[in-house]
Amino acid sequence: MIPEQLRKSLEARVAHAFSAREAAVDVMKDLQFHYGWLTDEAVGEAAEILGLSRLQVEELATFYEMIYRRPVGNKMIHICDSISCWNAGYEKILDHLKARLGVEVGGTTADGQFTLVPCCCMGRCGDGPLISIGSTIYDHLTPELVDQALEIERLSGTAAPDHKGQA
Amino acid sequence: MEQVLFRHNRPGRVVTFKEYCDEGGFNALRKAISEMTPNEVQQAVIDSGLRGRGGAGFSTGRKWSFVPRDLPGPRWLICNCDEMEPGTYKDRVLLEHNPYSLIEGITLACYALGVRHAFIFIRRGYEKAANNLARGLMEAKEAGLLGQHILTSEFSVDIDLHLSAGRYICGEETALINALEGKRPNPRSKPPFPATKGLWGGPTVVNNVETLANVPAIIAKGPGWFKGLARNAEGAGMKLFCVSGAVQNRVCVELPIGTPLREIIDGPCGGMKPGTKFKACIPGGASTQFLTPEHLDVPMDYDTVAKVGSRLGSGAIIIFEEGCCLVAATLNLITFFARESCGWCTPCREGLPFVKEVLTRIEAGGGEERDIEILREHVKYLNYTFCALAPGAMAPLDGLLRHFEAELREHIVQHKCPFK
Repeated sequence: MIPEQLRKSLEARVAHAFSAREAAVDVMKDLQFHYGWLTDEAVGEAAEILGLSRLQVEELATFYEMIYRRPVGNKMIHICDSISCWNAGYEKILDHLKARLGVEVGGTTADGQFTLVPCCCMGRCGDGPLISIGSTIYDHLTPELVDQALEIERLSGTAAPDHKGQA
Repeated sequence: MEQVLFRHNRPGRVVTFKEYCDEGGFNALRKAISEMTPNEVQQAVIDSGLRGRGGAGFSTGRKWSFVPRDLPGPRWLICNCDEMEPGTYKDRVLLEHNPYSLIEGITLACYALGVRHAFIFIRRGYEKAANNLARGLMEAKEAGLLGQHILTSEFSVDIDLHLSAGRYICGEETALINALEGKRPNPRSKPPFPATKGLWGGPTVVNNVETLANVPAIIAKGPGWFKGLARNAEGAGMKLFCVSGAVQNRVCVELPIGTPLREIIDGPCGGMKPGTKFKACIPGGASTQFLTPEHLDVPMDYDTVAKVGSRLGSGAIIIFEEGCCLVAATLNLITFFARESCGWCTPCREGLPFVKEVLTRIEAGGGEERDIEILREHVKYLNYTFCALAPGAMAPLDGLLRHFEAELREHIVQHKCPFK
């Protein structure tokens, strides 16, 4: 069950749209922010609010890179593996991250703090190699800077809204 | 050098609404509404020679002219800010410095097209750009430059932001339309083209950020002035080039269309990284063919780059140095496209992973001579798809086969990557 306030804000978003399903991505993002990932319950709630079937929501949820249909850590670590970051040596950064976190790609750390996934080009191709942790970008990375970034993010604790636009 | 899009930029921060207005901002909109008919605005954009800056390079004014004006029901304008073509970051740099040229450009386009409601479709991860736009839209509205009865005229426009959740295919215009409608963003079969049947079945224009942001200057200073900015006679206007790879400075700069590649590398980029030599580059984002040292003096314009077998694309130049394995680079690019394929068309969904497998084998030393023919065939197969992104996915491989077949064969003969 979602709080009444969240339901109201989602319904207001839908009311602003030309057609209800236009708001689907916004609704999924907000529900994901609430639950930490897009749970089965959230899929049902999105379907109800958007006037879609669960299957129609599923069809959208599984398409987008930033919608998670499985439990993820407190913060997502995205590492860009596209051509400019490849050219800048992202593979070394990825190996370092895997070793430091003790996970493979797609894995969540034992303490539930981080999930590590590759992602496609972040549109910062002059600044690679780079990662995002939650909503923060760390660029021009070296293994030492990765360690610093992880330290900062561990200390800052709670999840940052990486899957929720602030606009 | 004269700057059009970057004219209002301030180092390290976004220009303010007041600064933009003090420097002549929104004067083009005033001029259009008070002195020009919608058709005259469209004609000015046609005459300016402005071509789509997202990658396809089609004449912007002509694209607008395909929209039927006599159909009942609303028409739509969508600004494509789903900048996910690897290597491309120009629209982000522009919007992080100045959201107002785009807002004014969209408003002018809506005036020309008779559109009442426009959307800006923004990729995930561009929150700063989105925040700048959201604030800019509010400021423009408060100043009477957006919303109902703009500048007390009969002309009204609203602009909505749509924040995506990340997927390369959303940048394809018909996939983007499906995404905006809240449908699974697979591309649509064309025809019908969006100009006649797009968003919610209505006539729709989809234009890139940089394209629309050029429109205010064209209207303010005239199409002749804009056309004359280019370095080559056939070219028109300025272009944002965003460079990455083996150069000293990886920068995003605004230069005249037709500037030779060599000048971009030696000028704003400060040359190659110390101790490295230019081997090849991708001139216009991940879905364009490699260029080689013999192409360094090619003017960076749509037709001139096409003539040497590649595309100006988005103006995202990715530089590779001597000693860099281009089979491995192509494998990285194909891996990206295989992962980002929306899966709708068989040649793309099945073909890209297969090509990835073949390239992986070659790079690992297990390639065979016949693999080269297999790769060559697959370049052709990807033409049989709904959208242009599938043939685009094969462009780097096509370039590899045309310019670096010897390097590919070297992998096969030596049973290993010769660069390792």
